[in-house]
Amino acid sequence: MTAFVELHDVTHVYGGGDGPPAVEGLSLKVKDGEFVAIVGPSGCGKSTLMKLATGLQRAKSGTVIVDGREVVEPIKITGMAFQNPVMLPWRTTLQNLLLPLEIVQPHRSRLRAHKAEYVARAEMLLETVGLKGMGSKFPWQLSGGMQQRASLCRSLIHEPKLLMLDEPFGALDAFTREELWCVIRDLHAQRGVTVILVTHDLREAVFLADRVFCMSARPGRIIAEREIGFARPRDLDITYTPEFAAIVHELRGHIREARAVA
Amino acid sequence: MTRSTWLRLAPYLFTLGFFALWEIACRALSISNFVLPPPSAVWGALVQYQKPLYTNAFHTLWMTSLGFALSIVFGLALGLLVGSSKLIYAGLSPLLVGFNSIPKVAVVPILVIWFGVGWLPPVLTAFVISFFPIVVNVATGLATIEPETEDVLKALGASRLDIMTKVGIPRSLPYLFGALKVSITLAYVGSVIGEQNASNLGLGNLITRASADFNVPLIFAALLVLAVLGVFLVAIVDVVESRMTGWAKRSQLSNA
Repeated sequence: MTAFVELHDVTHVYGGGDGPPAVEGLSLKVKDGEFVAIVGPSGCGKSTLMKLATGLQRAKSGTVIVDGREVVEPIKITGMAFQNPVMLPWRTTLQNLLLPLEIVQPHRSRLRAHKAEYVARAEMLLETVGLKGMGSKFPWQLSGGMQQRASLCRSLIHEPKLLMLDEPFGALDAFTREELWCVIRDLHAQRGVTVILVTHDLREAVFLADRVFCMSARPGRIIAEREIGFARPRDLDITYTPEFAAIVHELRGHIREARAVA
Repeated sequence: MTRSTWLRLAPYLFTLGFFALWEIACRALSISNFVLPPPSAVWGALVQYQKPLYTNAFHTLWMTSLGFALSIVFGLALGLLVGSSKLIYAGLSPLLVGFNSIPKVAVVPILVIWFGVGWLPPVLTAFVISFFPIVVNVATGLATIEPETEDVLKALGASRLDIMTKVGIPRSLPYLFGALKVSITLAYVGSVIGEQNASNLGLGNLITRASADFNVPLIFAALLVLAVLGVFLVAIVDVVESRMTGWAKRSQLSNA
């Protein structure tokens, strides 16, 4: 099977100069519809990997291929969500959700004429993440967890084929985080979207992903890859089983090695 | 009375208190009208000279508004330009700072040489003195967009213009209004300086003539009118601001 996202021997240096590379010799393949998590010590270039895969940064060497095409500019089939929900405070939640549609074609030229249809789509999305009827609220009237849910909706509104999540739950409390794991799990199951999740929470990675990649400290490379075999749909309870703990423990070992090298 | 009523009355009470203190101090220390006239004498001058004060104040208001309008248009345009490009920001900032460091009083004679005595020097002085804060603030608003916000939009294929109109401009509005409040008072300073040196009309000119006559109460009356006009225009900016950028204040409150 061919890969949906493929990074081959990628090296990236910020600023394009001769400084130390952020990632070096990075290779990675993600299948269509797969859920992949990337873990690693802080500053290992996880976020760089995201920027490379979406075309926000161009690699110094190596190739990045998404959906059969080499990435040379920002690709429009991705949705992104970050630790900071970055909602625009002057727009209501619904207007925030519609923002990608004001930019991405073909929605951009259709938006005005088909407003009702898109608003309905946005409201559906809000409902699936448990924010029914919150569209008219401003982001600052929502709690952190609710803002993050809205941010997820925004990343999905233009029906991207690839969803990039950069520590989206990092700033949330443990209970809200687990709730949102389930939201992401269900969205992935419903939409068959390919997901790349960057995180430093190993339990999160193991619970959500089909495969987990461990990265080394700077310059970042993949040092380990682990298939997660739990059947889907997964229940939160599996996070308390010994098998789950064993995998988390094993990954923890890889991270420790990565940190020791650095 | 409740705390909120006090809060509402505070501006009036403090203002009244200020004038009362002034009056008492002048009487108690028997300060000559010639040095510091008490508010009662200033009020007397206000009533006596109400006609020239009225026409000249109106003229000054005009000069200030024109200069202020010019500085909004140019300040906004230049601010957007400077804020949207790191290159232009780096290149223009020493020029702008240098330009702003020039005392504007020193510029008035040049304006007189160029345009003669009349309405242009006060307008232009008001403009040059008040446009700098607008440029700086608008540029700051644009330059401090969160990188994540930019990434979200860029990953969707947004052009620079998209980012500017969807995020940059709305985001810099609170900064713009902050600058407008500083600028409007500066614009008064500018137009009065212009009028004092290069005009036959306006409160600035009235002050110059009053000081030639040693009519100190009239000078103070003119200054008082200026202060009232300033408060009035800042209040207008305040109202427009809360209409357009209420989100900025409320979002800060809720995130606190």
